[in-house]
Amino acid sequence: MKDKIEQVKARFQEEMQSICGTEELEKIRVAYLGKKGLITDLMKNLKDLNADAKREAGQQINQLKQQVSEFIAAKSSELEAALAQARLQQDTRYDISLPAKPVTGTLHPITIVQRELEDIFRSMGFAVEDFKEVVTEYDNFEAVNIPKYHPARDMQDTYYLDNGQVLKTHTSAAQNTILRKYGAPCRAIFPGRCFRNEAIDASHENTFFQMEGIMVGEDISISNLIYFMKTMLSEVFQKDITVRLRPGFFPFVEPGFELDIQCHVCGGTGCPTCKQGGWIELCPCGMIHPNVLTMAGIDSEKYTGFAFGLGLTRLAMMKFGIRDIRVFNSGNLKSLEQFTIQ
Amino acid sequence: MKLSINWIRDFVNLDGIEIDTLIQKFTLATAEVEEIQHVGRDIQNVVVGKIVSMEKHPNSKKLHLLKVDGGDAIYDVVCGAPNVAVGIKVPFAKEGGQVGGMKIERRPVAGYESCGMCCSEKEIGISDDHSGLMILPEDSPVGTDIKKLYEIEDTIFEVDNKSLTNRPDLWGHYGIAREIAALAGRPLQEVQKVDTGAYESLPAVPIAAENQEHLLRYSAMAVENISVKISPVNMRIRLYRCGMRAINLLADLTNYIMLEMGQPMHAFDYQRVSQIEVGNFPQSIQFETLDGKVREVHPETLMIKSKGTPVAIAGIMGGYESEITEETTSFLLESANFDAVNVRKSSSYLGLRTDASMRYEKTLDPEMTIPAIQRYLSLLFSIDPGVRVISSLSDLYIRRYPKIQIEFDKAYVDRYTGIDISVGQIEDTLTRLGFGVERRGDAFTVQVPSWRATKDVSIKADIIEEITRIYGYDNFAIQTATCAVAPMAREPRKVLIDELKTLLALSYGSHEVHTYLWNDARKLKEIGLEAEGFVRLKNSVSPDIDLLRCDLTPALLCTVEKNRSYAPEFSIFEIGSVVAGIDKEGLAKEERRLSVVFYGRRTEEEALLMKAKGFVEGIASAFYNEKFSYYSMTEAPKPWMHPYNAFQISFGQTLLGLMGIVHPQVTDKIDKKASIIAVELNVDELSKIAKMLPQYREPSKFPSVTADLSYLIASEVPYSAFQSMVETLALPFLESYELVGIYQDPAWKKQKSVTIRFVFCSQERTLESEEVQALVNRLIEAGEKMGAQVKDN
Repeated sequence: MKDKIEQVKARFQEEMQSICGTEELEKIRVAYLGKKGLITDLMKNLKDLNADAKREAGQQINQLKQQVSEFIAAKSSELEAALAQARLQQDTRYDISLPAKPVTGTLHPITIVQRELEDIFRSMGFAVEDFKEVVTEYDNFEAVNIPKYHPARDMQDTYYLDNGQVLKTHTSAAQNTILRKYGAPCRAIFPGRCFRNEAIDASHENTFFQMEGIMVGEDISISNLIYFMKTMLSEVFQKDITVRLRPGFFPFVEPGFELDIQCHVCGGTGCPTCKQGGWIELCPCGMIHPNVLTMAGIDSEKYTGFAFGLGLTRLAMMKFGIRDIRVFNSGNLKSLEQFTIQ
Repeated sequence: MKLSINWIRDFVNLDGIEIDTLIQKFTLATAEVEEIQHVGRDIQNVVVGKIVSMEKHPNSKKLHLLKVDGGDAIYDVVCGAPNVAVGIKVPFAKEGGQVGGMKIERRPVAGYESCGMCCSEKEIGISDDHSGLMILPEDSPVGTDIKKLYEIEDTIFEVDNKSLTNRPDLWGHYGIAREIAALAGRPLQEVQKVDTGAYESLPAVPIAAENQEHLLRYSAMAVENISVKISPVNMRIRLYRCGMRAINLLADLTNYIMLEMGQPMHAFDYQRVSQIEVGNFPQSIQFETLDGKVREVHPETLMIKSKGTPVAIAGIMGGYESEITEETTSFLLESANFDAVNVRKSSSYLGLRTDASMRYEKTLDPEMTIPAIQRYLSLLFSIDPGVRVISSLSDLYIRRYPKIQIEFDKAYVDRYTGIDISVGQIEDTLTRLGFGVERRGDAFTVQVPSWRATKDVSIKADIIEEITRIYGYDNFAIQTATCAVAPMAREPRKVLIDELKTLLALSYGSHEVHTYLWNDARKLKEIGLEAEGFVRLKNSVSPDIDLLRCDLTPALLCTVEKNRSYAPEFSIFEIGSVVAGIDKEGLAKEERRLSVVFYGRRTEEEALLMKAKGFVEGIASAFYNEKFSYYSMTEAPKPWMHPYNAFQISFGQTLLGLMGIVHPQVTDKIDKKASIIAVELNVDELSKIAKMLPQYREPSKFPSVTADLSYLIASEVPYSAFQSMVETLALPFLESYELVGIYQDPAWKKQKSVTIRFVFCSQERTLESEEVQALVNRLIEAGEKMGAQVKDN
């Protein structure tokens, strides 16, 4: 019996040498451990032995059985690991340098700049308003203190319509409506598209965007105006901006100013951006003319306020380094796709 | 407008003041200075030279060999000027000197050495005259630096005219000097004038106003015995530096006074004009202006006439016939004031904008006419002492501006400025600017000077500007406002527009574009469409672009056409205004629209259409938690739409917009290989939809059972028929259903198989298979009633 056991053991060890697949391993498992397997046979033969021999041989057979099982299990996981490895080896290795087109589209550069400004002003408690593009002469002129025959009506080459209306020449056309809607006190900005009848070239467009802002209260002062302009522009350019005010004439403000910023490119020493002057004229502003408040039903003795107008198109040109204003309305996706979402 | 610092120095002592800094201050307090030029610095070592001898150059017809007395020595000079002559005195640039950036050196000219240069007026930078040498007066001392004799050096600064639009007082040097004096804290000198009282006994110039509306004032005076024809050099230099050409003394003086006092003047030859009528002609007339051009003058244009003959266009330009000539010995001087609007209109009718009209347009002070004449005479007397006044100072003053008095107190100034400016400073500033100031404690009563009272200063806020600009905005302490904090409501349409843009750009890869508010008829024609709209521009540069658009999509289709080589698949969108009609009051019905165009060469038309519908569905569910309805239209509502694939999008009774396949004829013009789908939505209507808050429902804990049913049915039956069928059945436990797919076998002939997955589930228990089967059977029966063969997969 002992010899038989040794024989089976030797045979197993020999056969294991040549195994190279899971199927073969399974066959061997059946051949040794299966119902008719060699080790199972040995167990069956035990009954012919005496008690002592039986115990001894039984132990040996069990030992062998355990060895064989462990061996097969180890071999099996070894084979599986090799198989998994082989599969990984065969898997495609991708070229991450291949180009992938982003699924996102793009927003118009004006939208991007406009949102940025709206966010800044909303954070300072300003309402964001919208307005029409086709307006009455009253809204565009009379309501903002530009009476008939005023030279300002010539200065702005207005598009007149055959129904008697005009295309709004400035966002100030919304002032009356918005002042009436909110009354005093009020803080609001209103971006919008404006139109002036002029020939188009690299720096002139007949269709462009402005953003107007107003703040009306009991004690709104020139000092407040300068503060808000400086704060807002510092946010826009993401650095501390130096501003200066010059007198400027606009019928809807008194006093009226031209606001210049110290050139953000050269810091005021002079460069092509500021035409060597160190300052860039950026934004007309002023204290709202008492007549404008009165026409909007606001007591101009009790309330004062400031207003400003920012050229969104111009700001977008400065921000993105656009030299030709015609890009904005070109509809040319090769230009516009460069402006992303933010 | 160009201004001369020398001229300003006539009225303000600027000694010891840094001129560039002062001009900088002027920019910040008054008006923008665009350019500063220091002229004459490039003229060095130019003296009075006398030509003592002259010989012809042996080898040249043009050149002469001169000996020039430069005061310190006699110089050999080769000179090519045509007017060279022995005995004349000329500006002589000595060796080592400089003329207009050119160094004067000893150098050979055509074989002879030349040790200096005799100069023309142009060469020493005082006019454009380069026809010959400048001939100096005989009494000019030889060897004297030319800069000691004439105002060669000056600082010229140019003020942006636009920034003077509302300051009629700043259109002459004296007005500017007043500002400069206030800024520099120096006194302002009076202008030297002649007392015209002495001529009161002389006969008046007859002046008649036929038009009392557009003439405010006409002052005139007649003078004879003129002998000097050419203006003094310094006067000509100033005119030249300020951008005017010297003509003759009498005309130059009118220009000089205009540049000095801002009052336009005109000199008529007295032989032609000895009396004045101001009025209009009933019909258009042909009139030759002094520039030699014959112009058609509109009946609304105010004219100066003499005995019925037109002699000048009021406030714009004089006539050729009556202008001052070489022979003129007596003249009539006009100093008048005309209605600003009328001058501006006339000037634009005529297409003629002159230095005079530019000033009248600004609403000049009519008080200026008399001082201007008195100043003119004062200058004329000093230049041509033999002249004789032959009329009294004749003056027809029709319309005066009311005197303006403004009252305010320091508290008002404090509130408006937000800073503390002392009463002393307020008083001082206003006084220096010519205001009459009366102060009692903190209260002010201010008289506005006539030159600021025509339109510029009329209310308290105007006074604030005067005080603050001289105080200096750079000196302001700045501070934030104190105001109540309250939540700011957001304008719903504005919010929606932002959300739509983000949705399209982020989730649909769409690109935002902007197109014009008007149709471009030419571009539309290229893709087979016509311009449509309700309102036209009256003053468009071209009839092709005068009709405001009533839809957004056509312009976007043009944009797609422009970009067809951009990519095989892309989409663009715009949110913009259209004029969709005219309301009862005749006003434009402006609507804000969204148009999205999907273009694809690779995607099938149906898939592209479903992408578009998916976008609209996304708005309905994500923004409103609602569902929109879609209707196939029986005919195309818009020319750009496919007649059998045009769909209406609505919510309840509200029409939200249109969606459809672009008409194949239009698509073919853009790209024969592409499919194009467009969606146009009314953003105004969309923004009125109320948002439904989602009502939460716990997902069932029990397993669901699915059943896939395939309905073989006639091809033309729409999917909505199944939707209605399911809704009508209202089966219990039917949690959801969805379209799995539609299969069309060519062999079936006009039939399709529609597979729908039904999901059953209970909130309380696991469903028995028998009860689910019973429900499925009802779906099968209902399908059979619709005429379908149903297969339970």
